[in-house]
Amino acid sequence: MDPVFLSRLQFAAATMFHFLFVPLTLGLSILIAYMETKYARTGNETYLRMTKFWGKLFLINFALGVVTGITLEFQFGTNWSRYSAYVGDIFGSLLAIEASVAFFLESTFIGIWIFGWNKLSAKAHAGVMWLIALAGNMSAWWILLANGFMQNPVGYVIRNGRAELDSFFALITNKHGILEIIHVIPSALLLSAFFIMGVAAWHLLKKQHLDVFEPSFRIGLVVGLVSAVLVAVTGDMHGVNVSKTQPAKLAAMESHWETQTRAPLVLFAIPDEENERNSIEIGAIPGILSFLGFHDFNAEVTGLRDIPKDERPPVLPTFIGFRTMVGLGTLFILLTVYGWFKRNKLLENPTYLKIMMFSLPLPYIAIEMGWIVSEVGRQPWIVYGLMKTAEAASPVSTTQVFTSLMGFILVYGLLGAVGFYLMAKTVKEGPEAATR
Amino acid sequence: MELQTIWFFLWGLLWAVFFMTSGFDFGIGTIYPFAGKTDTDRRTMLNAIGPLWDGNEVWLITAGGVTFAAFPLVYATMFSALYTPLMLILFALIFRGVAIHFRSKIDTPAWKKVWDFLIFIGSFFPALLFGVAFANIFQGIPFDDQGIYHGNTLRLLNPYGLLGGLLFVLLFIVHGANWMAIRSTGGLQARMVLISQRTWLILVPVAVIFLIASYFATDLYANYFAYPVLFFVTLVNVAALLSIRYFVNKKTYFKAWFASAVTIVLCTFFGIIGLFPALFPSSMNPDWHLTAFNASSSPLTLKIMLAVVLVFIPIVICYQIWAYHMFKNPVTQEDLDMEEAY
Repeated sequence: MDPVFLSRLQFAAATMFHFLFVPLTLGLSILIAYMETKYARTGNETYLRMTKFWGKLFLINFALGVVTGITLEFQFGTNWSRYSAYVGDIFGSLLAIEASVAFFLESTFIGIWIFGWNKLSAKAHAGVMWLIALAGNMSAWWILLANGFMQNPVGYVIRNGRAELDSFFALITNKHGILEIIHVIPSALLLSAFFIMGVAAWHLLKKQHLDVFEPSFRIGLVVGLVSAVLVAVTGDMHGVNVSKTQPAKLAAMESHWETQTRAPLVLFAIPDEENERNSIEIGAIPGILSFLGFHDFNAEVTGLRDIPKDERPPVLPTFIGFRTMVGLGTLFILLTVYGWFKRNKLLENPTYLKIMMFSLPLPYIAIEMGWIVSEVGRQPWIVYGLMKTAEAASPVSTTQVFTSLMGFILVYGLLGAVGFYLMAKTVKEGPEAATR
Repeated sequence: MELQTIWFFLWGLLWAVFFMTSGFDFGIGTIYPFAGKTDTDRRTMLNAIGPLWDGNEVWLITAGGVTFAAFPLVYATMFSALYTPLMLILFALIFRGVAIHFRSKIDTPAWKKVWDFLIFIGSFFPALLFGVAFANIFQGIPFDDQGIYHGNTLRLLNPYGLLGGLLFVLLFIVHGANWMAIRSTGGLQARMVLISQRTWLILVPVAVIFLIASYFATDLYANYFAYPVLFFVTLVNVAALLSIRYFVNKKTYFKAWFASAVTIVLCTFFGIIGLFPALFPSSMNPDWHLTAFNASSSPLTLKIMLAVVLVFIPIVICYQIWAYHMFKNPVTQEDLDMEEAY
């Protein structure tokens, strides 16, 4: 095993674990800010109990998100030093801006929110949560612009043996980055909505704390429905853009080998990368892939065989990741549309509540799969078309990376277990009993 | 002044402010299991830093991010050369972060014992390792012109490196005890004052030894001898160090904390001034030093980042001062009874 492979594994493990917590931080902060504002405006204690209950879960999740995020910033230096030296002029500035503009705001105000209940007025305290929500989502904005540069490098020139910034404006208006932002933020809201509905459904099925969980579920339902649609729309926009800028990724997403017009969408396939074909293919619908990629049934779609072998991404994970993500995305729309019609009769639909309870993990899976499509599908490039992943790693030893990777697996495994335990315990305890 | 020179000192300042702000969090975490005799003591210590430590830690993220943005070659070389110690620091910080958040979530002795241990580990080791790392940087790190590291990690634990680690730990303990003297009352406060005073008695000789050892182990004094006016900074540093004890004795704890904050910033700058223009000197060949001039970003990036930092860092400082102001009084029983308290 070489250090490059181990470093990739380590970065994948660390980012994927980190991203278990990010979407809930982004989405739930907005929903809690809304609940707390309702309380500040109306003085209705139920909204305070809602805020505090979801706030507790938010904070457990936030703690795990922060500690797992810190290691990521430093891993570019520890494990990807050649990458850092080559594109730091551009990439580093986006990370530094994220810290000084957004992360400071979020971290400072989270302390004020936790400890400021008796020190601030209800309205100011709710305002603090809005600031946290704003800062968190601004953080995501800068990080996704940084990722956007890796996917679709813009605004640079090659000078002095490295990529140097040429246009800051081009960098922050990078189409790929913007599309990521408008796809990731609604998907974070979607995940948070399903989180709320899943937890609320558990209590509703037990017929307890109805005053908190019925309105909570309905907030989740509205946000879930709107964001499920937005996720699909922006996902489609994203797909069309990828078709143009990253043909190899599109081909891998669909396990599409032969360049052709009226390219078909294959319902089921098993990719065979050795022999450059699909070993099994069932249900090809002509023209659909061309339509999905280019909004034109006759468009030509490049097949993997016309992409040099050393520029093809691993097909199987990209293919499975894309199918799973799209399948789940469709399911989310169906579930929330159905729920919309039952929104006033939730308690009379225990089967639906049960389904929503068990659906809680699904957006997590969909989001992780989306990242697999995005990042595995970008391979073998670390910066698309500009630098290969294999050239980007640090000159560190296999032993060092192996040891740290084991450390990550062990520590993150324990963190995950503790986090899950605390969340489950908090959910079970439920909100405080009503005082009146 | 040239852009790269401005950035060199901004870089130093950001690390110094990180040590100044997170320094008292680390110091309190280090004395926590020894000075916190009862659960109430320990919770008082945690809640004394509770609202602030998250924001303090972002200075590390910003210092790291700015190293990346302004001096990418330094970021790349420094963090890959110091791979193992940096990973240890990061893991320690993970432990500390979750421990502070999770300790009081479940009220059983076994649960708390685990997190108490991790709070100590997660505070003491970063304090020590940052000191060791910076002292080693002052000496120079064995890396070649390709940025490849040619030493072994244990070599970092040389006498001068360990002396730097000890200096940081002692500084942070005094700084942390001063903060606790502000935010506690009664027996705990008396103990904190005693810790501050006694640790100071060890800190002063260690600081003197460090200054002398730096003459033999590093080239830091070259800049000072070339521009003797720079010794003025060292004089202010000594004055700040001495005034800590003066203010503690006068029971003006906020001034004492301020003095220890200034001491930490100036101790960092003792090295930063001596290093200039190198950010990451090579011990193998002076031609391979990574300096503000050969390792910086392009002028455009430096300009944009300067604008960002000059606009946003003052804003950050304003709202952080507001937060400190909000949580400057002793932690009360009422604070500890809050549902959200640590």
